Amino acid sequence: MSGAPPSGTSAPGTPPPGTGAPAAAPPVLEEPHVPAWRLFSTLGAGGALAGLLLVFVFQLTQPAIQAHKELMLQQAVNEVLGAPERYDTLYLVDGALTPELPDGVDERTLDRVYHGFAADGVPVGFAISASRPGFQDVIRLIFGYDAATGRLLGMRVLESKETPGLGDKIEKDAAFTGQFAGCEPPLVGVKGGAGSAPNEIDTITGATISSVTVLRAINDAVAHWRPALDAYAREHAR
Amino acid sequence: MRGTTAQQDLIRGIWRENPVLVQMLGLCPALAVTNSVENSLAMGIATFFVLCCSSVLVAALKRFIPHEVRISTYILIIATFVTVADMTLEAVRPDVHKALGAFIALIVVNCMILGRQEAFASKRPIGRALLDAAGTGTGFMIALVMMGGVREVLGAGTFLGVSIFGPSYEPWVVMILPPGGFLTLGIWLLGLSWWQKRRAGDGDAAPTDAIQGGGA
Repeated sequence: MSGAPPSGTSAPGTPPPGTGAPAAAPPVLEEPHVPAWRLFSTLGAGGALAGLLLVFVFQLTQPAIQAHKELMLQQAVNEVLGAPERYDTLYLVDGALTPELPDGVDERTLDRVYHGFAADGVPVGFAISASRPGFQDVIRLIFGYDAATGRLLGMRVLESKETPGLGDKIEKDAAFTGQFAGCEPPLVGVKGGAGSAPNEIDTITGATISSVTVLRAINDAVAHWRPALDAYAREHAR
Repeated sequence: MRGTTAQQDLIRGIWRENPVLVQMLGLCPALAVTNSVENSLAMGIATFFVLCCSSVLVAALKRFIPHEVRISTYILIIATFVTVADMTLEAVRPDVHKALGAFIALIVVNCMILGRQEAFASKRPIGRALLDAAGTGTGFMIALVMMGGVREVLGAGTFLGVSIFGPSYEPWVVMILPPGGFLTLGIWLLGLSWWQKRRAGDGDAAPTDAIQGGGA
């Protein structure tokens, strides 16, 4: 068992490579002589095969995953804009909104809003997505905003991991989500049904952080997008 | 362990050596994702798939896996199947995938799976490894659904999303929060061990030949 590196199956002479060896190994715990290259090649080959398999599965599943994401986004845009006839995607390029992609820019790297139109071609408003860290994890949401009147059209949470039963009311409780239509940002959270002014939203009892996060995300997004939206509206009014 | 019949290999993991309720393995997912029956089932199915595939592959490759790197190789195999399960679930049931979050990826470190590879699949023929994995996977699924059922019924008043108690039921929200997981598991374990003692008459219980382990 001294100098026996040759590739051999029988070379190590220790249990594993033996024959079928059902009753082999366990009690024998002597140092098995396995050359290092075998360890490397086992893991290397294993890793390569695993990678290949994953690439294969990725390509199989990716279309479905992507399609679902687009569908969810479409539904969300339709919902927060009140079922518009159609909507365009506007990209933010150098501080201005444009429906066309500049050459050589990857679409995915650009911020965007969705501009909805009613049946007669009248613009309804913009769907804007926003995100902000909530109680558990980042809350991602999308809201409809009518730049002409400065009022919200609706709000929908796209992604949140807030506490089930408490924080997740920001997406599930219609009493909360229904308040946003017609509100005028900047929004202010108030407690327990006191809200009456157009910028006041009743927060959820027991989920103040989650509720306020939603308000702040919308306020920030409105402040951030407002100049670009106004400029776009001015340009297209002419 | 030695000299078991094929039937024993299959049956053992389902109840007598149930991975969660007897061996106390895989508790992390059992506590974390069982806040509804649907999530429990999805987690159970994903784990079942990963366990069966890994066991078969480990049993098939056991002669080629050097002893020194066996654990890394098992993890590599398990992780591959977990990723496959993850992507498949996202494509097939995106809503469930969203609800389970990171816990699908964490099947990789479910020590119940690694335990079956090390204790069984790496020493037995492929067929037996598959039977053992199927039994253990089923047992895991049963335990998860037992937890998920109690938690969803009490915590949300529904079973598989169907309302049971009607609209006037005030849900015990705590049951679908993390503490509810601990409470439910504790009560199940208490009940089962009481039942087992009673069944065995006055304390002369035939000891389960389960390995008492611990871990997440």
